[in-house]
Amino acid sequence: MILSLVTFLPAIGALLLMLMPRNDKALRWGALIISLATFGVSLFLPAQFFYGTSGFQFEVNRNWIGQTIHYHMGADGISMWLVLLTTLLVPVSVLVSWKSIHDRVKEFFVLLLLLEMAMIGVFLSLDMFLFYVFWEATLIPMALLIGMYGHERRVYAAVKFFLYTMVASVFMLGAIIWLYTHAHSFDYVAIREWIRVSTQNGSVSGTTLQWLFLGFFIAFAVKVPLFPLHTWLPDAHVEAPTAGSVLLAGVLLKMGTYGLLRFCVGMFPDQAAYNSTWINVLAVIGIIYGALVALVQPNLKKLIAYSSVSHLGFVVLGIFSLTTIGTDGAVYQMLNHGISTGALFMLAGMLYERKHTYEFKEFGGLATPMPVYATFFLLAVLSSVGLPLLNGFVGEFLILSGAFQSTVPHAMLFAILASSGVIWGACYLLWMYQKVFYGQIHHEENRSLRDIDGRERISLVPLVVMSVIMGVASPYWMKSIEPAVISTMPRTGEVKAQAQKRLVYRIVQSAQARATSVINSSDASTVQKAPATGGHK
Amino acid sequence: MNPIQTVDYIRILPELVLTAFGIIVMMADPLLKPGASRKGLGLVALGGTLAAIAATFCQIAWTARDASFSAPGWFGMVRVDSFAIFFHLLIPAISAVCILASLEYLDAQNIRSGEYYALILFGTVGMVLMSSAVELVLIFIALEISSISTYILAGYRRRNAGSAESAIKYFLLGSFATAFFLYGVALMFGATGSTSILKIGPALGSNPGLLAIAATALMIVGLGFKVAAAPFHIWTPDVYEGAPAPIVALMSTGPKAAAFAVLLRVLFATTSSDWFPLIWICAALSMTLGNFGALMQNNVKRMLAYSSIAHAGYLLVAFAASNEIGISAAIFYTASYAAMNVGAFAVVSHFGAGGERYVSVDDYSGLGRRSPLLAFTLTIFMLSLIGIPATAGFLAKYYVFTSALTANAHPTALVWLTVIGLVNSAVASYYYLRLIVVMYMREPVLAEAPAPASGAMRLALVLAAIATIYLGVMPGRVLKYSEAGARDLFPAAAATGNTTPGSSTFPGPVATTPVK
Repeated sequence: MILSLVTFLPAIGALLLMLMPRNDKALRWGALIISLATFGVSLFLPAQFFYGTSGFQFEVNRNWIGQTIHYHMGADGISMWLVLLTTLLVPVSVLVSWKSIHDRVKEFFVLLLLLEMAMIGVFLSLDMFLFYVFWEATLIPMALLIGMYGHERRVYAAVKFFLYTMVASVFMLGAIIWLYTHAHSFDYVAIREWIRVSTQNGSVSGTTLQWLFLGFFIAFAVKVPLFPLHTWLPDAHVEAPTAGSVLLAGVLLKMGTYGLLRFCVGMFPDQAAYNSTWINVLAVIGIIYGALVALVQPNLKKLIAYSSVSHLGFVVLGIFSLTTIGTDGAVYQMLNHGISTGALFMLAGMLYERKHTYEFKEFGGLATPMPVYATFFLLAVLSSVGLPLLNGFVGEFLILSGAFQSTVPHAMLFAILASSGVIWGACYLLWMYQKVFYGQIHHEENRSLRDIDGRERISLVPLVVMSVIMGVASPYWMKSIEPAVISTMPRTGEVKAQAQKRLVYRIVQSAQARATSVINSSDASTVQKAPATGGHK
Repeated sequence: MNPIQTVDYIRILPELVLTAFGIIVMMADPLLKPGASRKGLGLVALGGTLAAIAATFCQIAWTARDASFSAPGWFGMVRVDSFAIFFHLLIPAISAVCILASLEYLDAQNIRSGEYYALILFGTVGMVLMSSAVELVLIFIALEISSISTYILAGYRRRNAGSAESAIKYFLLGSFATAFFLYGVALMFGATGSTSILKIGPALGSNPGLLAIAATALMIVGLGFKVAAAPFHIWTPDVYEGAPAPIVALMSTGPKAAAFAVLLRVLFATTSSDWFPLIWICAALSMTLGNFGALMQNNVKRMLAYSSIAHAGYLLVAFAASNEIGISAAIFYTASYAAMNVGAFAVVSHFGAGGERYVSVDDYSGLGRRSPLLAFTLTIFMLSLIGIPATAGFLAKYYVFTSALTANAHPTALVWLTVIGLVNSAVASYYYLRLIVVMYMREPVLAEAPAPASGAMRLALVLAAIATIYLGVMPGRVLKYSEAGARDLFPAAAATGNTTPGSSTFPGPVATTPVK
């Protein structure tokens, strides 16, 4: 019940806003109150969560369309925190849009609240059909937010974003329909079990599962975005209004990594292990490529956008290390990235409101006129860099330890290369800070820049405070994340052992089989049985 | 011969009601001052369509009271089963919304004639009759009634050369297609000695001869023209471009739904599926040519014309699946497509203003700012045409593709058809999206803002939008009816005495398992 309330409260709010007269001030307050109320309701989730157990809680399961399509919602330690991240970032986004949005205010907040509903729905759906509905539903408000309220090339960016995601989702839809026609269910848990059983008894071939895995993978990889499918992201981020960037980086990208974890790894553990090498390669390329491109950006917002490519590469690396610790770190890093990059985009937006540009050459020496702003910025940068005692450190540390322990072939190489990404991250972020805040003031008008006001401070405080709390009190989160991670990848151990032994195992098995067949050459049944076990992957 | 009973009149009650109202409109027209607005007649016609819906409810009540009601009546020519009742509700509803949209359109275009509404009603009679007729000759007559009305209506913007071109083209090619259909009927009579769909099935069994296959092929050609399926689609863009927009709303949905109903009845009369390759090619071609054609259009009416070709293709995928879920999906698709397409053309007809001047995509720039209602409803229709979840278009497509993947016959070919369909729906999102983009993300280019929509137009738009969302979010009830319709139709051969339902072509589970 509480899940339905959290999901649909923003939608009800959007409806109310639609009916309100076009009074901008009232609309702003209305949106703020609704999003705060949603946040308040969502706080009941961690408060009433039953810690230490795996599986889904607060479940709702009703018939929706016919007997097969269900309204099935549930939260575990992974989705609960992502929902909280969403409900936290939305009121913050409302606050940063307070003054920067002054045209078509009503449409803006209606879209924002509809987007919130869809995002929460994505994280809570346990029915594939429902999941797909929410997944696609995030697309339209986001594309409209970029296209209606963005900067100069907004239409191009919005269309690119829409088409990229839409086309990729079609592959997932194909996979979902195929699964339904064979498993006769849309239920996440039921399909997972069906795949497990039919893999064991061999009723579905590995090739088919590989195609299904890829269908899901493409949809999520575009959203993450994983190199080389990332090209929509810089455009979308640079052109989006601040609130759009915050939610895009903070939540929408997490839908991709969440999907990778929940569906790709959760439902197809064998295929995840089988494909882990090249996915790790892409993740590492993403980490280093994103960092290097960020390093040379002349544009503040584009730099932060490319830093997202790099950071999300870490998350993918953590998930596809296929270790519990790496995945714990990945989930934690999803939350961290939402908070720290969300804060960075907000800060960039505040600067844009004053200067109407993101170009570094227009900045420099801003620490003098804007000391408070500079302090907040520094905290956000350090959290993003991964300074110990701040949240980013915990996530990156866990991911890298997972990557080092991983049994994926060449895991050590990936881990070492990825670790270099941490250094690159420090480079581009600190250089960015230097270019904006230190040095001489080149432009006279920059001397009189306003420092951030009360509203802006209020919108930043929650994120900065959270990055400190999450840096020092990570066990509080881990105690709910870890059981959920373990139950999402139940066969990690088994898969790990298999991956480790794959080559040796096969050689030994086939040798054994051959030996048996030679010895019992008269017994035909043994000959047939032996290759069957030997070929099992 | 049995005397005609009261119950037989109930079986054609919607047709009778519509004809009566049509005649009233025709007779009242000369009594009005020439040059005066015919809005009153439009309201009478609207009443006629609503009365037809009421008559259908009367049929439903009769079915509940007397199970033999759904048996063939009128000397075995008409069969009012749940399949027919579904279309009896759908088609007058389409006409009603089109009339609502026309009320304002005729005044804006300075067309002052009452026959317009009468012709809509007569056309509706034909379409309604097509869905319940089970006698090929009666189907032919009904097809002609509906076609001739739409030929005339297509040319209703008399002073416009495009409209005349549209009417002539539609008439010539349409007559040609009807001739094909008639030839098919003749051959079918030669093959089976009967023109009753109910008798054709048992006569042919599961192994029809060459003559019957040729007859089915010819009928597919004739009906393929009516539903604008490739390769019989060439007329569509020109005709849709020239015809009055509310009429395009009608003829892209009503006759199409009726023709699909006939196609369903004809194709599933026998247990054979020799027509499978033909339908497969039609479906693949329609989806591909329709979508790629639409990509290049800058005229909204032409774009929607190509889109309607593409949607006919999606619908044919459900035909190709040839199972009970497929038929149910096809029936559901006609209703969904009607809701979104009628709405889209209603917006086009209002926005076009006098003389339908504004029909290019760029003219829609900034509509979100100038007329939030038009832009918002058009966005819903476009999203539904793309197939975004929570709209009718998504569920319709979803059921079509599910049916194709659950089919037992020709699984590989159907998987490929599904892949073609999915790729196509991804391609299609581009051109529908373009309209949303210009409405919300560009500044207005037209000097004048669109005139505020009249009450009737608002009602039409809101009804279509609500139907689109309703079918996308709460499709349960409509799905139940479409499934009932599919059950009536599918074991058609079995119901009329074929003892092996689900024999060679349709292995057991499909024919016998209740859907979902």
